[in-house]
Amino acid sequence: MKPNFEQYKDIPGTTIFTIESAQKGFHLNQFCMSLRDAKNRERFLADGPAYLAEWDMTDEQKQAVIDRDFQRMLDLGGNVYFLSKIFAAEGLSYVQAVSTMTDMNPEEYQQMMINGGRNIEGWRSKKERGEA
Amino acid sequence: MAKIVAGIATSHVPAVGHAVDSGKTQDAYWKPMFDGYEFSKQWAKDNPADVAIIVYNDHASYFGMDIMPTFALGIADSFAICDEGYGPRPIPVVEGAPELATHLGASLIMDDFDMTILNALEVDHGLTVPMSLMYGSPEKWPTKVIPLPVNVVMNPQPSGERCLALGKAIKRAVEQFDGDLRVEVWGTGGMSHQIQGARAGLINLPWDIQFMDDLINQPEVLQYKPHLEYMIEAGSEGVELIMWLIMRGALGDKVNEVYRFNHVPASNTSVGHLILTPKED
Ligand SMILES: [Fe+2]
Repeated sequence: MKPNFEQYKDIPGTTIFTIESAQKGFHLNQFCMSLRDAKNRERFLADGPAYLAEWDMTDEQKQAVIDRDFQRMLDLGGNVYFLSKIFAAEGLSYVQAVSTMTDMNPEEYQQMMINGGRNIEGWRSKKERGEA
Repeated sequence: MAKIVAGIATSHVPAVGHAVDSGKTQDAYWKPMFDGYEFSKQWAKDNPADVAIIVYNDHASYFGMDIMPTFALGIADSFAICDEGYGPRPIPVVEGAPELATHLGASLIMDDFDMTILNALEVDHGLTVPMSLMYGSPEKWPTKVIPLPVNVVMNPQPSGERCLALGKAIKRAVEQFDGDLRVEVWGTGGMSHQIQGARAGLINLPWDIQFMDDLINQPEVLQYKPHLEYMIEAGSEGVELIMWLIMRGALGDKVNEVYRFNHVPASNTSVGHLILTPKED
């Protein structure tokens, strides 16, 4: 069967992690995996750039990590479960970190979730939203 | 012979594990969700199983990107608890069921399911949070476990048809095991949630409820739902729900709905939970 990754690109505000992203983001994601080890978390938090220098990542990937720019990390092949090791190392929850990718602050985002979450109306298609 | 006696479906949110471990289950935020599992905890006590085959996904906890099995099976004596970045959960080690697991692994491979066999595996919240919801915080888990990790993280994930068929093959394999065991199959993950991008926080409760109805009443139709629809309607992480199809396939044609529960939100997620039993004809 011929893969069709294009079909996922019309979903607004969403980066689908594919086998292609897995290949492109391999070293970024493996760096994240290293943070499962408490000793590595300490070293990373003490000196991020020095820790990142040990990894075969692109400069853009390293900069996105230093900036804690999660959307940029997704665009560069990161997967959110891997990236979660970065914010877990800093003691942040999913809600706190995930909200940084939206146009809300963590408090607004948390309130949206308590109110029943983001309503899907208007969020099905970039074409429908005039974004594509 | 061994027999599949029930299927359990539940979401597996990491923050739920944290709430259990830090004694917050009675806090105002968490109490309504945990109250919804009180029935299930009692049901689990009244209907003990010897082995639970727990279908779940690893969340970059044990598997890195170096190896990404589509379907895998844990056949070890026991499974330690992963450090997911906050330190391992302070819960008992998960005891395996190697005799049934080796039989199951062999049977599935001979049935053309190319399982990755895991003699070593540490389990994450995908497997342990459902156990906490069903069993609370015991000193030792009341059932043995066969972990069945599925790749739902990297697209392409296995198709719905393949998942339902895997469930059916699990049923055949269990029924051919020489041993008098009560076996459950658990499908975990979902329901609607998205934890990345500008659309993060998406919840689609009407879609979730329809999914539950279809899972119960017409899995043969539901199996053809394309991944694209899960991603659009239930969020990028909602595709985890294909794992519920594996559980459903293991129960046979018709099921009894013993219990159903929905709650929004737990962290970023629409929580859904079902207890089903096979309907004898
Ligand atoms: Fe999950």
